[in-house]
Amino acid sequence: MDRTGAPSRPLLTARTGRHLKERAITAVLFSCAAASTLVTVGVIFVLLRETISFFGEVSIVEFLTSTRWEPMFRDQHFGVLPLLAGSFLIAAGAGLIALPVGLMSAIFLSEYAGLRLRRTLKPILEILAGVPTVVYGYFALTFITPLIRVFLPQTEIFNALSASIVVGLMIIPTVASLSEDALQAVPDSLREGAYGLGATKLEVSTRVVVPSALSGIIASFILGISRAVGETMAVTIAAGNLPNLTLNPLESMQTMTAYIVQASLGDTPQGTIVYQTLFAVGMTLFLITLAMNVLSQWVLARFREEYQ
Amino acid sequence: MSGIPNSLGVGESRFDRRRRLYGTLFAWMCGAATLVGVVALAVLLMDVLVDGLGRLDYAFLSSFASRFPERAGVRAALAGSIWLLVLTALIAFPVSVAAAVYLEEYAQKSWITKAIQTNIANLAGVPSIVYGILGLALFVRALGLDRSILSGALTLSLLVMPVIIMASQEAVRAVPQTIREAAYGLGATRWQVVSYQVLPMALPGILTGTILALSRAIGETAPLILVGAVGFVAFTPNGVMDEFTVLPLQIYSWISRPQDEFRELAAAGIIVLLLLLLSMNAVAIVLRNRAQVRR
Repeated sequence: MDRTGAPSRPLLTARTGRHLKERAITAVLFSCAAASTLVTVGVIFVLLRETISFFGEVSIVEFLTSTRWEPMFRDQHFGVLPLLAGSFLIAAGAGLIALPVGLMSAIFLSEYAGLRLRRTLKPILEILAGVPTVVYGYFALTFITPLIRVFLPQTEIFNALSASIVVGLMIIPTVASLSEDALQAVPDSLREGAYGLGATKLEVSTRVVVPSALSGIIASFILGISRAVGETMAVTIAAGNLPNLTLNPLESMQTMTAYIVQASLGDTPQGTIVYQTLFAVGMTLFLITLAMNVLSQWVLARFREEYQ
Repeated sequence: MSGIPNSLGVGESRFDRRRRLYGTLFAWMCGAATLVGVVALAVLLMDVLVDGLGRLDYAFLSSFASRFPERAGVRAALAGSIWLLVLTALIAFPVSVAAAVYLEEYAQKSWITKAIQTNIANLAGVPSIVYGILGLALFVRALGLDRSILSGALTLSLLVMPVIIMASQEAVRAVPQTIREAAYGLGATRWQVVSYQVLPMALPGILTGTILALSRAIGETAPLILVGAVGFVAFTPNGVMDEFTVLPLQIYSWISRPQDEFRELAAAGIIVLLLLLLSMNAVAIVLRNRAQVRR
C-alpha cells in the first residue's frame, strides 16, 4: 500500500543514479514477494505431473471407489477410500474433543477469566501448540493407549482412538485462540445491552456474544479440522499403518498422511507406481485441506458482523 | 432473554434461582475445559520426564546412534538439527523479510498484491507433509541435491516462509507512520526510510516471529522423512551436501522399535528437543519484551 506519498520521480537528473538504485531494490523486493506464488505453482505442478502419470495406469473410478488400498502387494489395489476414512474418522474424533473444549476455553478466557489468569493461561496454551507432533505420538503410544487398554482391553496397540485424543489435544490451542479473537471482537455495548435487560452472564455469553462471533468460531472449527486432517507424525505413530475401512476406533487405521510416510520410508524409485501413489495421495490431501482453508476464509468474510 | 419478571419484594423466584445455578455450572464447566489443555501438557511432560530423565547424561549427548541402546546417543541428530536450523534461517529470513517489506511499504493496491497476499495465507495452511513431497520432487530429484542437508533446509524454508512473512508484515505495520513522514521530510528515499528507520524499529518483532517459526521447523519430522533424512547416521555433517538426521527423526526411529530400552532413548531425545525449543522460545520472549519496553 502506498501510504507514504513519497515522490516516485526525482526532480533533478543528477539524481538518476540514486533513482536507478531505488528501482533495482524495488525489483528485488518484488521478486521475493512474487517467489511465494512460485511455491504454490511448484506444489501444484509437481503433484499434478505425477498424479497424471498415476491415473494413466489406474483409473480414477478405481481410485475413488475401490475399498482396498494395497499398492505394495503383488495383487495391487488402489482405492483411496480406506485412507480417506482413516483421516476423517481420526479428525472427527479429534474435533469431538477439541471443538467443545476449545470453544469453552475461549469463552472462559474471553468472558470469565481476569487479566492475570489470562496472562498465565494463554502462554500455556501456546506451549501446547508448540510441542512437536512426534512428541504427541510418543505420548499417545506410551501413555494414552495403555490407559485406554486398562478400560477396553480389546484395544489394539495401534488404534484410532488414541490418535484422535492426541490430535484433539493438539488442535485445542488453534480453536481456542482463534475463537477467543472472535469473541474479543464483539463490542462491549452488546454485552451491556443484554445485562441491562436482566440477562445473566451465561445468557449474555451463549445468546449474545457467541452468536455475534459465530463466523469467527466456525472458521476456527474448520481450520482446526483441516489441521487434524493434515497431521502426520502423531497419527502415524499412534494409529499405525493398516489401511482399514472400519468405524471401530479401537482398531488400527492408516491415514493419507501416514501412508505417505510409510511409502517414503521404504525405497521407492522414481517412476514406479508406488512413487506415483505418493503424489496422488498428496494431491488428494492438498485439495481437501486447501478447500477447507478457503471455506474457513469465506465463512469469515461472508458472515462477519460489522461493528462500529 | 427469557424474561419472566422477578416478583418484586418477594426475593428470588425458583426460576431465577435456576438461572443462577446454571450460570455457576457453566462457569465451572468453561474453567474445567480450559484446564484440559493445562493438565494435558503437565501429564505429557511428566510422562516424558519419568521415562527419559534416567537416560539423560553427557554420554547420551556425545554418542552416535547405535544398535545397542545402552551406547546410543543423539550426537548426529543434535548436530543435524543445528545445521538445519542455521541453514533454514539463512535462506528463509532474508527472502521473507524482503517479501514483507515489499508488501507493506512498496506494493500498490492491485490484484497482483491481493493475489500474493491470499496465496501466502493459503500456503500457511498447507500440511507440512505436502512441502515434503514438493521437496522430494524438486530438490532431491529434479535439482539433484539428493538426500542432503541442503535439500532439507530448502524444504523447511518453504514451509516457514509464509509464517515469517506474515509476522514481519505485522511488525512493519506497527511502526508509526510519523517516523516515515519525518524521514521523507528530510529528503530520504524510500529505501533509506525502510533501511534506516522502519526495519530497525520492526526488527524485534520480525526476529520474534522468525524464531517462533524456526522453532516449529526444528520440531518437524514428516517433510524431512520425505526428503530422505535417515534415522541412522553415525557421523556429524561436515557440509551442506552431507546426509543427515535430526532430533525428531531420531526420536521417531527409536519410538518405532518395540523394546523398552529404545522407548527410554526416545524420551531422553524428546527432553533434549524440548530444551532446544524452550531456549529458542526464551530468546523470542526476551526480544518481545524488549520491543514492548521501547514503544
